[in-house]
Amino acid sequence: MDASSDAPGDDRLDVKAKRLLDAWRTPTGWRYWSAVNNSEVGLWYVVASFTFFLFGGILALLMRIQLALPDNDFLTADQYNQVFTMHGSVMMFLFAVPILEAISILLLPEMVGARDLPFPRLSAYGFWCFVIGGVFVCGSIFFGVAPEGGWFMYPPMTTEYQTGVGVDIWLLGLSFIEVASIAAAVELIVGVMKCRPPGMQLNLIPLYAWYILVVAVMILFAFPPLIAGDLLMELQRSLDWPFFDASRGGDPLLWQHLFWIFGHPEVYIVFLPSIALIAMIVPTFARTPMVGYGWIVLAAVGTGFLSFGLWVHHMFTTGLPAISIGIFSAASQAVAIPTGIQLFCFIATLLIGRVTKSVCLLFTLGGLATFIIGGLTGVMVAVAPFDYQAHDTYFIVGHLHYVLIGGTIFPIVAGVYYYYPAVTGKQLSEKLGRYAFWLMLVGFNVSFFPMHLSGLLGMPRRVYTYPAELGLGTLNLISTVGAFVLAIGFVVFLFDVLRSKKNQPLVARNLWNAGTLEWLGEVPDKPWGVRSIPIVESRYPLWDQDHFVEDVDAGRFYLPDAEEGLRETLVTSVVDAKPIQCLRVPGPTFLTHFAAIFTGGVFIFSTYHWYVAAAISGVLAFITILVWLWTGTAPIPEKQDKDVGRGLTLPIYVSGSKAVGWWAMFITMLGDMTAFISLIFGYFFYWTAHDDFPPNGSSGPGWIWPSVAMLTILLAYSATLAARRWNRQDHAARFYGAIVCGVVLSIVGGLALLYGPLAHQMDPTAHVYPAIVWVLAIWTALHVVLGVVMHLYCAARRAAGRMTARCDADIVNVTLYWHFLLLTTAITCLVIAGFPMVAK
Amino acid sequence: MAMTETSNHNEINKTDHVTSIWWIVAAPAVWAVHFLASYLTAAIFCAKFADSDGSAGEVQLAVMAYTVVAIVIIAGVGWSGRRRHRDGHDRSPHDGATTADLRRMIGLSTFLLSLLSAVATVFTALVFYFVETCH
Repeated sequence: MDASSDAPGDDRLDVKAKRLLDAWRTPTGWRYWSAVNNSEVGLWYVVASFTFFLFGGILALLMRIQLALPDNDFLTADQYNQVFTMHGSVMMFLFAVPILEAISILLLPEMVGARDLPFPRLSAYGFWCFVIGGVFVCGSIFFGVAPEGGWFMYPPMTTEYQTGVGVDIWLLGLSFIEVASIAAAVELIVGVMKCRPPGMQLNLIPLYAWYILVVAVMILFAFPPLIAGDLLMELQRSLDWPFFDASRGGDPLLWQHLFWIFGHPEVYIVFLPSIALIAMIVPTFARTPMVGYGWIVLAAVGTGFLSFGLWVHHMFTTGLPAISIGIFSAASQAVAIPTGIQLFCFIATLLIGRVTKSVCLLFTLGGLATFIIGGLTGVMVAVAPFDYQAHDTYFIVGHLHYVLIGGTIFPIVAGVYYYYPAVTGKQLSEKLGRYAFWLMLVGFNVSFFPMHLSGLLGMPRRVYTYPAELGLGTLNLISTVGAFVLAIGFVVFLFDVLRSKKNQPLVARNLWNAGTLEWLGEVPDKPWGVRSIPIVESRYPLWDQDHFVEDVDAGRFYLPDAEEGLRETLVTSVVDAKPIQCLRVPGPTFLTHFAAIFTGGVFIFSTYHWYVAAAISGVLAFITILVWLWTGTAPIPEKQDKDVGRGLTLPIYVSGSKAVGWWAMFITMLGDMTAFISLIFGYFFYWTAHDDFPPNGSSGPGWIWPSVAMLTILLAYSATLAARRWNRQDHAARFYGAIVCGVVLSIVGGLALLYGPLAHQMDPTAHVYPAIVWVLAIWTALHVVLGVVMHLYCAARRAAGRMTARCDADIVNVTLYWHFLLLTTAITCLVIAGFPMVAK
Repeated sequence: MAMTETSNHNEINKTDHVTSIWWIVAAPAVWAVHFLASYLTAAIFCAKFADSDGSAGEVQLAVMAYTVVAIVIIAGVGWSGRRRHRDGHDRSPHDGATTADLRRMIGLSTFLLSLLSAVATVFTALVFYFVETCH
């Protein structure tokens, strides 16, 4: 393509632009809700997350009213328990994590010059799951049946002393939302790694993308242990399998381990994306590139790793050996190093730059100062002897709110002020913003600083009232006054966001004169993301690359057209962002809504033990997802290659490790393996914690049936490899033969897995040993069933002409699944059959 | 635009060094393995094999061995990172659109993460120096 013929005003360009616009046009009317594009789904996600945030905030005010005076009876003990449980759960699961996904879905494609994320329907599915699950969990409080066990749900309180549906609502409702979080993590990881513009190699990507990559990987390894814990606890509550019942060999501490292996990284999962926003805001207002890019990468990656070595610092008072406590105390101190490094980089950037004042910067600086105070008290409680004194007191409540509000909320508000013009074309009021900031900062400190003192004076957490004789009334009253001042600050902010701006002029394009790609958006913005996907040669291309905006607007870069009327974006290589594919992404659909509704039905009906309804819903969800996959994924294109502009021709269909679908499968299976390893951790935890594991006299599942299972699954795996090979060689008969063998062997293997514990009459309600063996066997057998479905799916795809020898993404991805399935089966069989022999 | 296109195409034709990204996470991964090995050794020893006085001398020896191995690997990774970071004696922020700068930036991140991992590994090891029993 000759760039000179694409000058602005050229008729051909108009035609191209119109075609591009048509391809990306947002549906109108009621069909608007079928949109899957990142700009719509991201915006809905942000609005929904903030709505839940306001709900959680109101719950906080109810708590503060109750605690304002000693012996107050504004709330009953039961109501208070529900309110504080919901406050913590809503803020963490329905605001802090979703808002990072929301902002990332909304902005990440713009930051990396992509038209959309690689799996827009997955984002939409995740969003609808989130909304349904969130409304279900929040709604419970209006019926007086909300969970009461704290956001951490410790057994045995939640397994033996709370018999209502509250705990089930928490376990199943939030598990449902966690699935959505993992879906978003898959989307964001593949987005950062594969959908960057040509030239944006790893040393040039926006810092936000580095942080999001780290955070999404953290979600992948942090959430599955909680899902595994949820599964165990729900099995105990529904079927009386005694995982946390000490009288039958279980151990409540296992829950604490699984919860905090999730719970502590979670703190960084919500903190790092907010810091990422600061990393975008600071250079813009300092008018200079960020100082210490490499150091910030160190901080992001280092924090991501170290945050997984901190979980036991929530369990210092549970009687663990001093050495274990020491290890986690040391790691808790070490994490202060990368956390501090990034703050120094921000401060250095502000010092060397020419700082422009703005409300964004006020919230940024307020957030940093607040976070530093929370970080320092964090170092205090990382010292175990101090923690023994402060544990479960209001000192911890003060500490965690300084961290979370300073490290998360203030930067997010800064981000809203910063990006509001990019999303809406209008600017928020600087004057109202200053009022909001000072009200929030003062209100926050008045509310939460006294909590350190009331905590040190002995006020325990999670009590609905306290006697006047303790002398805590004044400090609590001050906290309540502060909370309302903070709330007024939020009302001012909310008013500013929601007030009509009809009479306000549109802002100039790139209002803040920023240097990164998300500011390429026109005002008002067009649904295509960018007019053409640019070649990037700088960390701040809008500052450094000559005629950059003009060239993008004139369609002089890649994919300036949509000749076939389809939505397309570029896929590039992971490290040096070399273009490797023109990816066609799917458009609007209601399939994702149905999939989310039916998936939600499985969780929601199970809460009330309506298992028939849950099963029907599960079948419907399964069918819907199959239809979605069948019609929407890996379609065979009408031609192999496509000219994407500038003389570059790229394949439209790729399979294997170059394809985004392969990466999605790989990443999903990493999360799946993490959940499985958490169950294995449980098995060995019982062994270390108890002398009677495996109990004397128990024969376990024996070695014969697990060995049969291992052998047949190995053969089924070999059949899968053969099917991939014969498909590639276009030997149809052999391919179908291999699939049939794979299916039959898998069914035999799955049955053998279950027959081991069954034949040895292992009763899962009698003791934790048979229970954990059954869980491992069932987990693996369910994965085998999924493997069979995948076999049949591939056979059907080939029979229908939707998979060919060349276009073989389906069988390649299924083979990848089978690598993980083989590993899962091998570990399960070795553990349940082999370990009892060694342990004896 | 002509210049841009030429330089970009040169870059695009380079091989994708997909493996180089693993260098960045190599040192923290060593920390993680050392951390987990130390924790599991201590937890299993204290639960299953400790004497009644709770002495953890064997664990101290084991962790000392883990630490020596971990530090040697981290030092190797760090040295490799530093070598790539200093390649060509370029002291800029490594923000050029060149393969050389990409390599230097990955080298710098690898080197810095090795320092952090070494410190965190020593932190873990020090616990076993100071805390001598399971109690």
